[in-house]
Formats: sequence, C-alpha cells, structure tokens
Amino acid sequence: MSDKQIDEFSGVSTTGHDWDGIKELDNPMPRWWLIVYYATIIWAAAYVIAYPAWPLVRTATTGLLGYSSRGDVKAELDAAKAAKADYIKAIGSKSVKEILADEKLRVFAAAAGAAAFKVNCVQCHGSGAQGSPGYPNLNDDDWLWGGKPEDIQQTIAHGIRYAEDPNTRVSEMPAFGEMLKPKEITQVASFVASLSNKAGDASAADIAAGKEVFAQNCASCHGDNGKGNREVGAPNLTDAIWFYGSTPAAIAAQVRAPKHGVMPAWGVRLGDTTVKELTVYVHSLGGGE
Amino acid sequence: MFEASEIETFDATAVNSARVRQPLYAARKKIFPKRAEGRFRRFKWIVMLITLGIYYVTPWLRWNRGPYAPDQGVLIDLANRRFYFFPIEIWPQEFYFVAGLLIMAGFGLFLLTSTVGRAWCGYTCPQTVWVDLFLVVERAVEGDRNARIKLDGAPWSTNKLLKRIAKHLIWLVIAVATGGAWIFYFADAPTLLRNLVTGHAAPVAYITVAILTGTTYVFGGLMREQVCTYMCPWPRIQAAMLDENSLTVTYNDWRGEPRTRHAKKAAAAGQAVGDCVDCNACVAVCPMGIDIRDGQQLECITCALCIDACDSVMDKIGKERGLIAYATLAEYQSNMALATMGGASAIDPHQVRDADGKLSGKVETFHVRKLLRPRTLIYFAAWSLVGLGLLYALLTRDRLQVNVLADRNPQFVVLSDGSIRNGYTVKLLNMIPEPRTIIVTLRGLPGAEMSVVGMDHSAVRSFAVEAEPDRLKTLKVFVRQPRELVAGPTQHFTFEVKDESGAESDRYEATFDALEMSK
Repeated sequence: MSDKQIDEFSGVSTTGHDWDGIKELDNPMPRWWLIVYYATIIWAAAYVIAYPAWPLVRTATTGLLGYSSRGDVKAELDAAKAAKADYIKAIGSKSVKEILADEKLRVFAAAAGAAAFKVNCVQCHGSGAQGSPGYPNLNDDDWLWGGKPEDIQQTIAHGIRYAEDPNTRVSEMPAFGEMLKPKEITQVASFVASLSNKAGDASAADIAAGKEVFAQNCASCHGDNGKGNREVGAPNLTDAIWFYGSTPAAIAAQVRAPKHGVMPAWGVRLGDTTVKELTVYVHSLGGGE
Repeated sequence: MFEASEIETFDATAVNSARVRQPLYAARKKIFPKRAEGRFRRFKWIVMLITLGIYYVTPWLRWNRGPYAPDQGVLIDLANRRFYFFPIEIWPQEFYFVAGLLIMAGFGLFLLTSTVGRAWCGYTCPQTVWVDLFLVVERAVEGDRNARIKLDGAPWSTNKLLKRIAKHLIWLVIAVATGGAWIFYFADAPTLLRNLVTGHAAPVAYITVAILTGTTYVFGGLMREQVCTYMCPWPRIQAAMLDENSLTVTYNDWRGEPRTRHAKKAAAAGQAVGDCVDCNACVAVCPMGIDIRDGQQLECITCALCIDACDSVMDKIGKERGLIAYATLAEYQSNMALATMGGASAIDPHQVRDADGKLSGKVETFHVRKLLRPRTLIYFAAWSLVGLGLLYALLTRDRLQVNVLADRNPQFVVLSDGSIRNGYTVKLLNMIPEPRTIIVTLRGLPGAEMSVVGMDHSAVRSFAVEAEPDRLKTLKVFVRQPRELVAGPTQHFTFEVKDESGAESDRYEATFDALEMSK
C-alpha cells in the first residue's frame, strides 16, 4: 500500500494509495486553508474554556466567562421590567381616574390591559371584547353594574356572584316559573319586548295585562319604566341590547328560569396594578362613562 | 505495408500538454506605476479632490431645520427612520425617492459609458480614487517607479523596513479616516466624533469603522487592480454598453506602427517607420499593468494616464499628440483602412501623412456630434424622465397625511339606543419638523358623530388636535350613527384632515359597517 512515488507529470509525491492503477497525488493544502483550519482549532479550544461546553451528569461546565443563554433572557427581561418600572409604579399609586387623565399613562395602561385581557378575559368576553349571549359585550354603552372607571374596577376586582369573594357583586332574579302562571309569563314577556318595539304579533290586551304583571313582580328591581337598576345589577329592559336574547320567547324563558352568569374575582389573582390596567382598557373600548 | 516515414504526420500540439499547461493559480505580479504628468493627470487630481472632498466634508455641513430636527445637512437617521438631505426630509415610506435616484444613477452610468466609455472606472470610482491616493503615499515614501522596483528587489534592511512601515502606517491612517467618515453620515458628526474619541460611541460604530478600515486598506493598498480585474462585475457589463461610437482609450497603431526605437536608422534603410518609438512610457504609468498597444482590453479602466505619457513623448520628438488618444472604434477602423489601403497591405505610415509629413486630412477625428446617437438619446431620455418624475413627486408630495385602520374585531357595536358605532385607528402624519394643529373632519355618513378616546370631544363632526413635530399621531376615533340613518351594511365616508392654516390637507376613504337590518 505505502508505495509512495513522485508523479512524473506534476512532480508531486503520491499518497501511495492505489486503486486499480489510479494513484492519488499528495498535494499540500493551500496555505490560506491551513491558516483557517488552525484558527478554528484555536477558536474551539478557547471556546471550550470560555463558554459552557462539556456536559456533565447533572449540569455542564460553566466556562470562564460565566455565560448562559438563560442569563441573557433574564437580563433582557430585567431590562424590559426596568424600562416599565416608572409606569408600573405610577399606575400602582394612582387611581384609575388619574391614569385616564394622563395620556401617556393611559396609553401604556391600555396596552398592558389589552395584553392581560388576551390572557384572562377572552375566554368568555371574546377576543374583541364583543361578548356572546350570556357574556356581556364590553364595547357598548350598556352596563349592568355601571360603566364608570370605579364601577368597572370593582367588577373586575371582585367578580359577579363569585362565592369566594365577600365583596362580590350579587343579584339574583327569582325563577318566576313557580310563581306566575304560564299565561302571565307570556304576557309579561310581550310587554317587556314591547318596551323596545319587539313585541311582534302580541295583542294589545296581552301587553296591557303584561304591564300589570310587570308592575307587581318586576318593577321593584327593574324600575317602574323598566330602565333597570345598576345598584342591584338589574338590566335596562328598554334599550337595544339584550343579554339572553330579545324575542318574547327568549324573554319568557329568562322570566321562567333565569340564567345567572358568574364572573370570577380577579383582584387577588392579578393584583391591583393589572386590575387597574384592565379597567383602563375596558373603559377605553368605547363605552366607558 | 508502409514505412514509418510514409505515415502521414500532423502538425498538432496538445492544447493541454504537460509542457505548456499553466497552473490554475498565478501569483500577482507587482505593478509599479510611474507618476504621469499631463492634462488627464491634472483632471484626475481635480476629480480626486472633489470626490474625496465631498466624501469627507459632507457630514460636517450644517443645515438649520429649526429646534425640532437635527441640523446636519446630510443625515441617515436610522434610529428615528428619517433621511435628511439639506432641505429635503424623507420618511421610510418615501424610499422610492432613493430607488429613483439609484435608477438615475444606473441610466447615468449607461449614458456615460456609451459616450465616453469607462469614464466612471477611470476617474470617479472609489476604488480608482483611493488607489490613486494610496499611490501618492507610496511615491512620497518610497520614490517613483524605479526607486520602488529597486526597493522591492533589495534585501531587507533597516531603511527598507522603515519605509515599508511608514507607508503602511500612512495607508492605515487614511483607511481609518475613510471608515471613520462613513459613520458620520449616520449620526450627528461632532457628537459622534467626540464619543468615538472618548470611547463612548456605540459598538456598531467601532465595528463599522474597523470593517471599512480593513476593506479600504486591503482594496486600496494591497489588491488594487485585482479588484477591478477579478472582483468587479462592471467591466463585464460594460461590453454591452459600448458601441463603435463610444470613446475609449485607443492606441492608434495606424500611425504608430511599425514601432521602432531606431527610427533614423530604419528610415535610412528605407523601412516604413511609425510614430511609436517603443519607449514603453505608456506601460510604465499604467496602474493596471497592461500595454495599451495590445488593443482594447478588459483590464483597461481608461484612466488615460498613458495618453499623458505618450503625449509628452510625442511633444519631445516633434510629432502630433494623440498616438494614444480617446477614439471611437468607428474612426479607428476608418483610419486603419486608410493606413492599410483597405486591408490590402501592412500598416503603412505614409498613407496617413501628406507629403509635408503632417497628418493627412483624410484621417478621421472625433466630433461632438457623435455623442448624439439613438442609444445615447434614449439613455438620456430615460434618465431625464426619471429625474423629472422624481422632481415632480418631490415638489407635490404631501407633508400631512392620514391613514385609517378600521376595527375588525368587532366590526361594529350596537349601542343601547340602537345606534351603530364603528371604531377607527386614525394615524396623522405630521411630516414637517414643526408642531401643527390639525383639524379632523367627517365628510359624508349623515347624522354620524365622532368621539376620541382620551380627548374631551364627544359627538362632534370635526375636531382639532395638536400634532408633534415630525411625528405620527395615533388617535382612537369612534364614529356613531343613529340607527334610522344607517343606509346599509356598508357605507363609505371620508376622514378629512387639514392643517389649521388650510395650506395642506389629505383625505382617507373609510367604510362604516353595520348589520344587515330590516328597517
């Protein structure tokens, strides 16, 4: 095998390898190539010493520079936190009203609130806060519990009918299916629908009878004229916005056996600052009062 | 049976025979250009002064734009995404101005090449200018051609070492200054220089200076003509732009050949004698290391230094200048035909000279009219068209713009009184470095009114807003229309913005979405 000889044409030594009479020339490597090759060797050795390199049983060598990619992430997160610190502090110390009055703070809080909303609220209220039957639309100007900043903040912090929070908002409409006759329920539903011109083909007599039923059973919470009462979370029945449907049949169903939604209290889970940010976001969706 | 001597033999040599085969890699042969003197050299000095002057001085020119914008004449402000060129300010979305300028540069280069050949290469290309500058240093330190050849061949000595160190040090200083000047276009020059010297500039500034120092030193000092010959694509592209009426540096062999160093002896012997005295002055001054007398070639950057060298020789021997000259292929061929009697004979210098020894009137010379050809006119028309288009765009461009994004989630909201509300993100672009009061007005959409988040305006058709200088102002605008006036699921209307003074305005056609409703 090792039968080195000088190639007669090129004057270069062969490697001594011979495949069916074909011999391989032993040309030297180009110098630039060798320099790069040696440089990579030096680089590799230095890298092993300077950076984490050898895997050990539980961990790895740390390297002289003490570098870690987790450290990079931490540094970046710390920098991001530090950059936001002033805003966060200001939001923590100011009331939502004060935040709304300060444009820079409002924009920051609304952006932070939008992010928190995407994580915590969209499951029920929808990604555009547009709600769905049973879950209120937060864009409109109709509020069960009030649309002022402090009302919204209270609702977010303590929830609605959330048993674990003593300060939660509570209201419960009785199930009139056991108290009223089916005929009366149909009549009162027709009357309520007529408040927003949706009575359909109900007769005037039925509506008049329904009005009577309403005055006796419903007006205490919903008000004599059906405008609702935010103190007790009783919805306004005269407007264009309906929680569980606006047809007489849907209204009758709600009178018979009302559905009651529950919203968790977020104050403890998210903290005061995030609740304020969410309040600013919801308030800025267009319906804030 | 044949005898060996009877077998037909061929006069053939193997092209790739081992005896003639060339190695794939050839080491660079050093070139020691001699200093040339003459009108083209003078012109090149002037061009060098102007181009280097523009490059080094521009970032230091100031231009007052008031208190809200930087006062640097030319500034590429990457951090704030603005480009300033004296009175002109360009936002990123106006980058087509830069694209237009690049197209103009392209057409300009075509025009220049089709008329005066590779003038770009020979006079203004940064590679040429910097190599010229580096050669000045080399000559100052090591002497002219002969001294440099001698020094290069001499064994290492203290003198040689000192000269080499001095030369490379000065080159490096020029290279650092070149790389350094570049970054001043990207930040306030005085501040950056202070930071750069005190070590407070951004790492990217130092890295950029280091890279450009390296490229300047390597390209200008070490690689020189190899950059043009091997790296640059332009010499290859130019072949397509030259035609028989393009001026190129030409050796007029129709009057130069047969060349001889012993003209008198040859003339006495009755031989034809051309003007070329074979002094090789043209070769000695060539920075590309070529012999122009071999004809037009890829390596030639048409720096015209050989013209200077030859002209001074012609002056000395009392012949007309222009043995090497800017000439077109057409006139060269015509004169060649004259000298060779239509190709019937070898070059005969007598054919191009009258009896009194002056150049014959039949010899064609360049006329300016040749610049006007369909090719050059088309290039010029295209160049002018782009230029005029850019000028028009520049003079009529908006400095106040409005962009509107309609909310998509939800598309619309029904309010408690039944009215429909749409949300819009309205972006006002105040593109001048002055604060302005901008009036936003709703046009169309009967009965509709606007309210703005964070502002006291509610239910208005028009409102004013303060816009910061040279900034984008983003507003969240809600538009509300009473239900009975909603004319359909999609209505079109207009946001109109106006400068308070009424001087500038812009509009945006927006849509108002509503549910399909039975009325």
